[in-house]
Amino acid sequence: MNAYEKIGIGDVHVFGSHTFTAESIKRFARKYDPQVFHVEEVGAGETSFGRLCASGWHTASAMMRLLVNHFEAEEAKARAAGEPLLVSGPSPGFDDLRWPNPVYPDDTVTFTARIVGKRISKSRPGWGLLSMTTTGVKQTGETVFMVTTHAFVETGAAV
Amino acid sequence: MTKRYFEDFAPGQIFELPDVAVSRADIIEFSRQFDPQIFHLQDETPITEFGGGLIASGWQVCSLFMRLLDDGLLINSSCAGSPGVEHLKWQHAVRPGDHLTGRTTVVETRGWIGNPKLGLVRFHHEIFNQHRERTMMMDNAILFRRRDAA
Repeated sequence: MNAYEKIGIGDVHVFGSHTFTAESIKRFARKYDPQVFHVEEVGAGETSFGRLCASGWHTASAMMRLLVNHFEAEEAKARAAGEPLLVSGPSPGFDDLRWPNPVYPDDTVTFTARIVGKRISKSRPGWGLLSMTTTGVKQTGETVFMVTTHAFVETGAAV
Repeated sequence: MTKRYFEDFAPGQIFELPDVAVSRADIIEFSRQFDPQIFHLQDETPITEFGGGLIASGWQVCSLFMRLLDDGLLINSSCAGSPGVEHLKWQHAVRPGDHLTGRTTVVETRGWIGNPKLGLVRFHHEIFNQHRERTMMMDNAILFRRRDAA
């Protein structure tokens, strides 16, 4: 079986955890999302969030970093074992992104992904589209992030 | 400009958002921290059928759009966060030197179960480059405090 064929629906990938410091929350938000509840503690206290919380795009971006690290490590393992490598292409987008609870300073979020779909691309011969639902859960057990992303991967089959 | 509350939004409204130039340094800085894949880090990349050369992380394009939405609409509003994004498509790569601008259209406004002080506004967001190519679009709902609850 090649790398594409080996991917199973339901396969789980634990990406790891990230802790959001107040400083990192404010640094990201000053550049990309300077709403009061993302940039200053006092002002945030007067909003419905009640306190400083991370921009949802900061949470998403932190997930991406752990995703990249995880799949790089998987690739290194496959290479070391002499197994076929999965070649991935760009992502056309995502669906159902949710921010059900805020991420506050010093929250630690653990991101875990599950493969939910895999199909041969009609528009790109030799490529498939892989869909993955990634969830971020913080130390309290509350879900803070969820998304179903799609990405092109080589099928390895000469179509 | 007066502050916008939930009641100030109506389906069909279009808001033109400000613009932002994207530099090579911006792209690499974001990617080093959040998306260190080769095609987000350096000019010389393998050429594939999807193209080649340095391109911005899709998550950076989301974040850049957020800044345009803040500056153009949300900072001066009763925005109370967002439950999420229904769909997002990355349609055209963002490259160094690109000049991006945004536009958002109100699709629907409705009450928010769970908090009568808030209302939900569903938007269709679009971000374009200097050639008017659409680089990204997204369907996203945002919560706003009602004026009488302010």
